[in-house]
Amino acid sequence: MIFDIPISSFIVMSVVIAILVFATFAAQFINSIWSNKDFTELNERIASWWWIIGLLFVALWAGRTASIVFFGFLSFLALKEFLSVVPTRSVDRNVVFWSYLAIPVQYLWIYQAWYGMFLIFIPVFVFLYMPIRMVIRGETSGFIKSAATIQWATMLTVFCLSHIAYLLNLPNDAENGGSIGLVLYLLLLTQFNDVCQFLWGKSFGKRKIIPKVSPNKTWEGFIGGMMTVVLSAALLAPFLTPLTFFEGLAAGVIISVAGFFGDVVISSIKRDLGIKDSGTLLPGHGGILDRMDSLIYTAPVFFHFLYYLKY
Amino acid sequence: MDRFLKIAFFGLIVKPVVLIILGLNLRNRQLLPYSGPAILAANHNSHMDTMVLMSLYPLSRIHKVRPVAAADYFLTSPLKSWFSKNVIGIIPLERKGEGDRQRLFDECESALKQGDILIIFPEGSRGEPEQMSDIKKGVFHLANGKVKATITPVVMRGLGRVLPKGEALLVPFNCDVIVGERLPDYETASEFTLGVRKVYEELFEQCLTSAE
Repeated sequence: MIFDIPISSFIVMSVVIAILVFATFAAQFINSIWSNKDFTELNERIASWWWIIGLLFVALWAGRTASIVFFGFLSFLALKEFLSVVPTRSVDRNVVFWSYLAIPVQYLWIYQAWYGMFLIFIPVFVFLYMPIRMVIRGETSGFIKSAATIQWATMLTVFCLSHIAYLLNLPNDAENGGSIGLVLYLLLLTQFNDVCQFLWGKSFGKRKIIPKVSPNKTWEGFIGGMMTVVLSAALLAPFLTPLTFFEGLAAGVIISVAGFFGDVVISSIKRDLGIKDSGTLLPGHGGILDRMDSLIYTAPVFFHFLYYLKY
Repeated sequence: MDRFLKIAFFGLIVKPVVLIILGLNLRNRQLLPYSGPAILAANHNSHMDTMVLMSLYPLSRIHKVRPVAAADYFLTSPLKSWFSKNVIGIIPLERKGEGDRQRLFDECESALKQGDILIIFPEGSRGEPEQMSDIKKGVFHLANGKVKATITPVVMRGLGRVLPKGEALLVPFNCDVIVGERLPDYETASEFTLGVRKVYEELFEQCLTSAE
């Protein structure tokens, strides 16, 4: 243990920070060489990464409770961003308010490690309650669309994302990085998948997968990204998780495919609304949903894969 | 003392609420006038409009930002009146007063003279459209009166969902705040009215949040 962090997790965190330091210096270098070009977006992106990584690592280091509060707050930011860009009726302000209240409750189940309730609270109780609240207001015009929108928003941003926090309840040996190791494994590979699909696509991309939704997504990017991520997932699995090398291969496939679909599902929402970004919270990235789109899909799918195999 | 109250209120309550509970999609912050005499001309949907605009300024500057607000609304009860004048620092405007324009502007002009930044909603109140045209021209006449002031247009969207007129429950939503380029000099008040409307429409194009 170093600073109360299991050694393998500590090493991974140090490597991430080292990469970030390297990226910062590289950006400085690029800025000074091509001083006539505008690298604002690159610089903003790296600065935002410092904030994201810094806050995440401090929360993880501060312990389970602090981390649960941190992920609960991320759910709040994501839900707020979702409901802000999507149309809702003015009579639904109350229902929207209740959907925010679902966040502390959902994360309380996680804090209590009440697995059954954590799983059914939003898909069953919130799902049944929201329309009841809407019925009491009595406005039927636009009812279906409103009920569906608010439930979907809550599922994506609260239910799905809260699986990251529940990973902290799963026992994981300190040699495997402890509970933090599971979270790092998921977050690292999900973001790495985004980067790899982007880089492979940029370098070799030709055949578009779904041009109507996302013209930058190509088969070359998808497959190249997946191979890189599968290999990394397998190598990293015994280091950070109870998974073996071969189980890690499967985890890599799952994260890569789910990450891809999370990305394009959120992209479709933005296309439908005619906006490019869902917010401006993270300069250089867009909103928080733009950064967490893949994670919305990878978190629950990876969680249940791991849970089924090991717990 | 008043300045201390204002800083405490904005630093401890308004800024945290606006930045954490609400969250802003703020564009072109650098176009905000840092010092007066200047006027921010914004659209008006909610009491939160004023709070959001003032929260864009650092605490060290916040005493220079003065919302121009309806006397017949904000000076009705002693508590509301004390709070509006001492904590927010409003400049009360007599809307019903149809008489002397000069007398109406006296306090605004002396504020501009000492380099203050006035927040004015050219639409008038949040919900009485009959007041609109009059006030609209008012901004033009004020900016071209005794003290020449620049006018910076700002549009906000989303605050009508956060806290609409007549509701007490504040519901968190992200809000767009789009600052525009300083307005050019218009010859007449009606040119100004048309111009502002056009600028507002352009700025609304940059909003991310839902219009519904």
